[in-house]
Amino acid sequence: MDVLGIPTQALFGQLLIGLINGAFYAMMSLGLAVIFGLLNIINFTHGAQYMMGAFCAWFLLERAGIGYWWSLLLAPVIVGATGVVIERTMLSRLYQLDHLYGLLLTFGLALIIQGVFTNYYGSSGQPYRLPEEFAGAFNLGFMFLPKYRAWVIVASLLVCFGTWFVIERTKLGSYLRAATENPALVQAFGVNVPRMITLTYGAGVGLAALAGVMAAPIYSVNPQMGANLIIVVFAVVVIGGMGSILGAILTGFGLGVVEGLTKVFYPEASNTVIFVIMVLVLLVKPAGLFGKER
Amino acid sequence: MSTFKRTMVGLAVAAAVAAGGAQAQVSDNVVKIGVMNDQSGTYADLAGPGSVVAAKMAIEDFGAAAKGMKVEVLVGDHQNKPDVGANIARQWYDVDKVDVIVDVPTSSVVLAVNEITKQKGKALLVSTGATSDLTGKACNANAIHWTYDTWMLANGTGSAIVKTGGDSWFFLTADYAFGHALERDTEAVVLKNGGKVAGKVRHPFPSSDFSSFLLQAQSSKAKVVGLANAGGDTINSIKQGAEFGIVRGGQQFAGLLVFLTDVHALGLNTAQGLLLTEAFYWDLNDQTRAFARRFAAQHKGAMPTMAHAGVYASVLHYLKAVDAAKTDDGTRVIAKMKELPTDDPAFGKGSIRVDGRKIHPVYLFEVKKPAESKGAWDYYKVRATIPADQAFRPLADGSCPLVK
Repeated sequence: MDVLGIPTQALFGQLLIGLINGAFYAMMSLGLAVIFGLLNIINFTHGAQYMMGAFCAWFLLERAGIGYWWSLLLAPVIVGATGVVIERTMLSRLYQLDHLYGLLLTFGLALIIQGVFTNYYGSSGQPYRLPEEFAGAFNLGFMFLPKYRAWVIVASLLVCFGTWFVIERTKLGSYLRAATENPALVQAFGVNVPRMITLTYGAGVGLAALAGVMAAPIYSVNPQMGANLIIVVFAVVVIGGMGSILGAILTGFGLGVVEGLTKVFYPEASNTVIFVIMVLVLLVKPAGLFGKER
Repeated sequence: MSTFKRTMVGLAVAAAVAAGGAQAQVSDNVVKIGVMNDQSGTYADLAGPGSVVAAKMAIEDFGAAAKGMKVEVLVGDHQNKPDVGANIARQWYDVDKVDVIVDVPTSSVVLAVNEITKQKGKALLVSTGATSDLTGKACNANAIHWTYDTWMLANGTGSAIVKTGGDSWFFLTADYAFGHALERDTEAVVLKNGGKVAGKVRHPFPSSDFSSFLLQAQSSKAKVVGLANAGGDTINSIKQGAEFGIVRGGQQFAGLLVFLTDVHALGLNTAQGLLLTEAFYWDLNDQTRAFARRFAAQHKGAMPTMAHAGVYASVLHYLKAVDAAKTDDGTRVIAKMKELPTDDPAFGKGSIRVDGRKIHPVYLFEVKKPAESKGAWDYYKVRATIPADQAFRPLADGSCPLVK
């Protein structure tokens, strides 16, 4: 059976691939949404921090013999810690100013970080071995699904759900949301708001680094890996609605699928289709699909 | 040339001869070489800063200082964008008085720079740019295409694979001038040798995720997946191809343009068995090894790619021609370069055809298994040597206007 000249079997495969790519978009845009929603900072360093996560995993493996599983835990903590430093020393000075300043600062930082990594490690990247457990693939009948890709979907769903749960359903999350609405009042209740904001930024950065570690075995670990991704991820966040956690997750997966289908029907347009959708969405809903008009 | 100018040139030449030196008559007394390439993006490792090192080595080996010739090197980052490349070229030729532009990866950029060079009567030495149109319909009297081209790659890797039974192909093509040229030239070779093309897909340049395209390649059931892309795109295609079991499923990759640095980034585990065509490998003979070790010492220990070797050799030959022609006028130096036989440690003895095509033998390599490799950068073994007269497109087939 064919759909528009494509066998249904092949189409299933492409849908699944789209979902896997969507998993990365979702994890990346999730971190951005958390940071924007709670700090009002448009974090352009996100791509570079994703790249740092991948490099961190590579370092741990090459220099210290620490494998993939520990990297999943350690890399986000290490890269998150650099995020904390950035927030304390630089970003915290910009909260009173227009969004534009935060954007310029983080964009400049991204360029510097990428430049430094390119200088030391070149542009063609470093190989990161696939963990033994994930060697091989499942034969689904309609496609060959590498075990690692299956893990990416599962892990990213867990991370996305976990983050959403923490922010929307826990007491900590309610403090965070309250602090964005009225920091002075929350502080008056004895909550250390500046520290909470610092840790939130660190956590957002940690999410980017986590996505980076998960990407390391699939893509070559190279300094440009984040720069290629960040623009698409920003489009995802804008379509989902700036600062909306659920919006980031759903549009991340959704646009991954749309992009995957474009790669079958008209591959030349596969890197523009997301921006076409962004334009259409903004025309109809300027705040994004899940965003609140302010 | 006016009588006055001719007299002045005559006087200057006479003065130079009288002074007993080999002082060339060059514009503002300095030969300016502009190395233009991708300094930080996807093609930065295979050419990039290494090409600058290679150009400087050539100046040193030529002995410019001892001969009293002043040579300067400028570096430009074209970011793989034709408009950026064209702007740098104009600025270099018009304002900075650059005499020759070298390297220039990314076919879309090199075609733009080629056109400007022709208009301005300057000189262009292409090493990394791949499109065979440079010695075909875009051919002119101001450019030399040194290292390799899409026809040579197709002819080397393509015909070798078809002849060993890989007769149905699926192309994964970078969607710009280079990918299109490489796909076109390889398709011609496949069809000529009795093979067929089962399908093709054009991916945006640059891309990072190839899984969807690989899945299409898999369902095409073609025996060979031809990668008409380069640099990071090729690395990711092969890496993700391994993940999706392309090779285990009985299909074979044909890396139509693979550089040593790509194999280095992939690691032998993933890259082993890959067939590829290159014009230079550091471990070919004593001369190439000596050249490569000197290069590596100045380039963070990384061995030169064929792109680097091409920049070195073309700059060396250019300076010899400037010296022999006693001028740095673009058109005249290029004519002199075609006249003089070439000789350098990277490519040995060779020549340049009237259409600007540098002629030398090329090699079909196979990437070693991890067990066969004696250490870092020991990656290739020679499967076949294609002699110089068969390696490149015959002069008559290119439809270059310079060929009568």
